[in-house]
Amino acid sequence: MTNETLIPKLGVITDIRIDTPDIKTFRVVSLEGKKLFEHRPGQCAMVSIPGVGEAMFSITSSPTNTEYMEFSIKKCGCLTTWLHQAEVGQNVTVRGPYGNPFPVDDVFVGKDLLFVAGGVGLAPLRSVINYCRHYRDRYGKIDIVYGSRSKDDLLDYQEIINEWSTDSGVNVHLTIDREQEGWDGHVGFVPTYVKELGFEPNKTAVLCGPPIMIKFTLQGLSELGFNREQVYTTLELRMKCGVGKCGRCNVGNKYVCKDGPVFRMDQLDALPDEY
Amino acid sequence: MRKISLANLDKFFAKIAEQAKLYIPVDGKNGTSAFKLWQEGVVMSQALNTTRSAKDFFFPQTENLMEFKTEGKNIEIIDIREEKEDFVIFGVRACDVKSFEILDRVFLSEPVDTFYASRREKGVIISLACGRPNETCFCKTFGIDPASPEGDITAWKTETDLYLKANTEKGEKLLSSLDETTEDADEKAVEEQKKAINSIMDKLPLKDLTTDKFGVGKTKEYFNSPAWDELSSHCLGCGTCTFVCPTCQCYDVKDFNTGNGVKRFRCWDSCMYSDFTLMAHGNSRLSQKERFRQRFMHKLVYYPDNNDGMFSCVGCGRCLAKCPISMNIVKVMKTLGGKEND
Amino acid sequence: MQKITRETLIEKANELLSSGKVNRVLGWKKGEFSYDVTPAVFTDVEQMKKDFVFDDFSGANFSKYLIKETRKEDAKVLVFLKPCDTYSFNQLLTEHRFDREKVYVVGIPCDGMIDISKIKEFAGDGVVSVNTDSDNIKVDTLYDGVKEIAKDKILLERCVNCKSKKHVAYDELIGEEGEILDGNRFDEVAKLESMTADERFEFWQNELSRCIRCNACRDVCPACTCEKCVFGNPNSGVENKSPANSFEEQMFHIIRAFHVAGRCTDCGECSRVCPQNIPLHLLNRKFIKDINEFYGDYQAGEEVGLRAPLVNYTKEDLEPSEAVNREEK
Repeated sequence: MTNETLIPKLGVITDIRIDTPDIKTFRVVSLEGKKLFEHRPGQCAMVSIPGVGEAMFSITSSPTNTEYMEFSIKKCGCLTTWLHQAEVGQNVTVRGPYGNPFPVDDVFVGKDLLFVAGGVGLAPLRSVINYCRHYRDRYGKIDIVYGSRSKDDLLDYQEIINEWSTDSGVNVHLTIDREQEGWDGHVGFVPTYVKELGFEPNKTAVLCGPPIMIKFTLQGLSELGFNREQVYTTLELRMKCGVGKCGRCNVGNKYVCKDGPVFRMDQLDALPDEY
Repeated sequence: MRKISLANLDKFFAKIAEQAKLYIPVDGKNGTSAFKLWQEGVVMSQALNTTRSAKDFFFPQTENLMEFKTEGKNIEIIDIREEKEDFVIFGVRACDVKSFEILDRVFLSEPVDTFYASRREKGVIISLACGRPNETCFCKTFGIDPASPEGDITAWKTETDLYLKANTEKGEKLLSSLDETTEDADEKAVEEQKKAINSIMDKLPLKDLTTDKFGVGKTKEYFNSPAWDELSSHCLGCGTCTFVCPTCQCYDVKDFNTGNGVKRFRCWDSCMYSDFTLMAHGNSRLSQKERFRQRFMHKLVYYPDNNDGMFSCVGCGRCLAKCPISMNIVKVMKTLGGKEND
Repeated sequence: MQKITRETLIEKANELLSSGKVNRVLGWKKGEFSYDVTPAVFTDVEQMKKDFVFDDFSGANFSKYLIKETRKEDAKVLVFLKPCDTYSFNQLLTEHRFDREKVYVVGIPCDGMIDISKIKEFAGDGVVSVNTDSDNIKVDTLYDGVKEIAKDKILLERCVNCKSKKHVAYDELIGEEGEILDGNRFDEVAKLESMTADERFEFWQNELSRCIRCNACRDVCPACTCEKCVFGNPNSGVENKSPANSFEEQMFHIIRAFHVAGRCTDCGECSRVCPQNIPLHLLNRKFIKDINEFYGDYQAGEEVGLRAPLVNYTKEDLEPSEAVNREEK
């Protein structure tokens, strides 16, 4: 019988990394130990535990990783709470990839890139950041501004410190909301930090984080001279099918699962304010 | 064109039923009607339209998609899809036939929904011209001709006979297999009926309703209209309009733990329901106004935007007859479209 | 009975709006046809003159709408209530569902509302207009011209078995006050009771199998006023958008009937709005009849603050076994 997108593939969790008190990163491969399917940076997949639920998550590993896929998942609802209690060896179902990717092979090529993330908002950006790091010579300078409530809430901290920060041409700017013992980095909110850093407006920016962070970061970027055509973000809405048929994740005539999750700010401006 | 005397209708149905399951509209209790499996003795309903639409045949209210067995950390996925049987639906009206095209654009676009597609493939549609359109009908607004419905075979019922014309290969095949029970006919009686239907259409109360003000690119114009407040103010948030609608296609996917495995099923969902867009961390449509607006913007603007201007309404009038507070797409179109539409 | 006209009600609304006693009027708005009136809120009399209607299709019970209306800022709501509506009104007050001070009730008499499905059953397709000026209803049709039928042949079920022409709550009355009626509303229930279990099962199977699970019965019901219904709440564990099988479908309606038992005033809105014309009121009436037989006559909503027998334990209450065994008695 022909392929049915709603029928998932079977995967197994081979590694669980505790990133923060409420975020874990799950490594998933097929039962044969292979990667379940290929994806592009920014795309998502529906992950499910039958009987518990199925939900859309960003694939946080880079497509350049040939061995496995990773999902960074914040404990939030029914399914995510269940997953947080799961152990290595647990089977999960996965289907995808869904959605449109970041334009890493055209628009981003040759550009200086600025990634701005807050909290678990780094999850969707990790795949594109690692993709760009992998093909380092295709892109200009890379700046990453990432902030969270506290040092403990910074996602992928070891990877950031050990890998991203040591790359040449990649500048990582970390910040946390409040002073904390053992933290000698920047303290303050992401939007303010972005303004303080004062980036040249010739970059292509990608924002991901809580709506309030996006709002004020955008304001800051626009003060620095960025146009909305230079800024990308991702949306997240309730999804069931992942292929634009179940009818709930639309913003105006666009379905986030199929036409998103990546949108350019000026594309969002053309849509009704309902996200 | 073929015909059969109405007196022999049962023989005709029996002949079809020999080849495939046949469904015809049948009266139920308290003035309702529904498509039911034909067998000896089942009488066709005289009602213009069934209470529920015909979309159930391809997109049933509930259907199991797959099953899972779980044991410890292991999961097994069981593909329960099976080859569907051929079936014939008799008596589908022009509006419902058109609704299949609207659903097709959703379910048959890539990636194809195989559950829907497998039923669509196996179904033969015999449409029936609307001898007596109702006051709630406004299919003409959407360019539908109730005198010449589409479908694999079109049927016209006169006082004495049933006239039949095949429109597709599938229809041709079925109709020719019925040659024994039907006879050749000229088109005269049918032409007369078409004329009669059209003259009634010109007398219908909603005959002047137009879609001129809606369609592609109208999001900004209507999304923030102040009219939504009043239109939606007494909406109960029930799913009646959605569930009687032939073109509403939103669905939910849910798991049912049987105690001996998990059944994953899908069921009709309604954008009018408050949990439709509810996520673990928030809801993008918090008020009934936003949910109400979504339903009508989808039918009148978003769907046309994505489907070459085609509207997601066929003017069947079911929501006009069934909404508990009598709020419906006609009132929405007239209010948003302004006086000229009145 | 003298007919109350829309003009009388508009005049009353005008008086109350001008005096500032109320600032919004809950009323019926005319529709596309004679019969599809919509509940609406009017804030000035000019609007009312244009769109307000009151006729034999003004069946909607506005009591439940008061919950939402009175939550609006500075709301002082004028509501027109028919006798049966006032029972729901009192029941909602008993349950503290809205602030009585924010509502001004004008009681209006009612000689029964018309059921459009009965008109259509009588007149067939193409009902272009219905004239209800007299008790001889004139139905203009596309196919058979004007057909006439007596109003008492096409009343809503709840009006056929009207329980009361007397208002149990109002600030002011228009027209004549009526009496509580000794209706035959339990006859149909008694008929069901006299069936064998199999017959009864088949009856309900047939009726409930038509349910499309639209929830209109729940959403219109003045006794179903939970802010979030368990059946619509994904976190309740029993959320249920569609039936897994026909057994579950029946459970939805039976559980709902249990939930409203002792609080249902028998207003009949559930059956009025059901798109599949399922006689849902019979489930509720069965409970009312049982409550009457077990605990003595009780009418929900008769007075504000009445304690329903089911939530009012007394030592004289019958034992469950007595209820179960009553048929053998």
